[in-house]
Amino acid sequence: MGPLAPMEIISENTNFLLAFLTGIGFGFVLEQSGFSSSRKLAGIFYGYDTVVLKVFFTAAITAMLGLLFFSLFGWIDLNLVYINPTYLYSAIAGGVIMGAGFIMGGYCPGTSFCGASIGKIDALVFIGGLFIGVMIFGAGYSLWDELYMAKFLGSPKVSEFLGLSDGFFALLLIIAALGMFRVAEWAEKKFPADEY
Amino acid sequence: MKDKTPKKYMNPYLGGVLLGLVLLAANFISGRGLGASGAIKSCVVTAVTTVSPSAAENSDFLKEYTKAHSGSPMKNWLVFEMLGVIVGGFLSGALAGRLKFKIEHSPKITSRKRLVMALIGGILFGYGSQLGRGCTSGSALSGMAVLSLGGFITMMAIFGTAFGLAYFFRKNWI
Repeated sequence: MGPLAPMEIISENTNFLLAFLTGIGFGFVLEQSGFSSSRKLAGIFYGYDTVVLKVFFTAAITAMLGLLFFSLFGWIDLNLVYINPTYLYSAIAGGVIMGAGFIMGGYCPGTSFCGASIGKIDALVFIGGLFIGVMIFGAGYSLWDELYMAKFLGSPKVSEFLGLSDGFFALLLIIAALGMFRVAEWAEKKFPADEY
Repeated sequence: MKDKTPKKYMNPYLGGVLLGLVLLAANFISGRGLGASGAIKSCVVTAVTTVSPSAAENSDFLKEYTKAHSGSPMKNWLVFEMLGVIVGGFLSGALAGRLKFKIEHSPKITSRKRLVMALIGGILFGYGSQLGRGCTSGSALSGMAVLSLGGFITMMAIFGTAFGLAYFFRKNWI
């Protein structure tokens, strides 16, 4: 049955309309969870507010389990679902640079649009920076295209990489997340937040 | 709504489940996860090809892009999704009484410093999202949901680096 667009069950234009509606849900939940506030987001790195960890891992696990169950029930063909390819070096280098951007800027791209939508000027400036950063990457592409393309591993799943079944890996991830949630609850008590 | 105290934020675990359902819906509908930086790339590609078609023709980056994407770069799933994010965030902020023009920062730094840091952070994040083929949404979160090895690696690199550098930027936040 699914995914609907790759199976051509819905038209391209319907897919775009649903993209817009999905985005509304995305933005709404981000804002309701407090992701429109950079000080709330940065809290995870100091322990005073761990909402990022809780929302992020709960969401990843919910979607992951949903996809595994949908596949089990025959509701979705996971072969038609896009799995992000792995280019080892650029995945690490890009992640490191993004991490530095995160702790300095306090937002990531999705949350900055969310923050800007409720009037955060710092989020708007961050978005301006995003455009500049993308342009720099494009303009100097020949300088780093080697790094960008290096160590291509295909689109392996982390479960395959570790030699585990998808379900067992999912279980391990859930256990790890529950452990992190406990630490998070402890940290929030230990490092109480100021008003912001 | 200036005298009203904003409503409290949603329980984070509930927020996480709802966000997970949105991500599941995205995969079920379009066969791909959520994203953000891809929409910015579409805008940049459009801007460059409109303002300077000759520069666009000589850019390997843009050639790669047009090879992988047919049609107008603005007619893209992530562009429509990100327009939705702006609407959804605004609706939520309006319902909760949080709509306000504001530069949010720690009392230990000035607004000006906050904006400079936001700009630098944005530039780094924008650049890194291209190198890493997606940001926290598209690579880390959506990648993890489909068990992508690259998604997990990028997630660990983003959060690991931010944790590692947190000490040096603590005045900005606490």
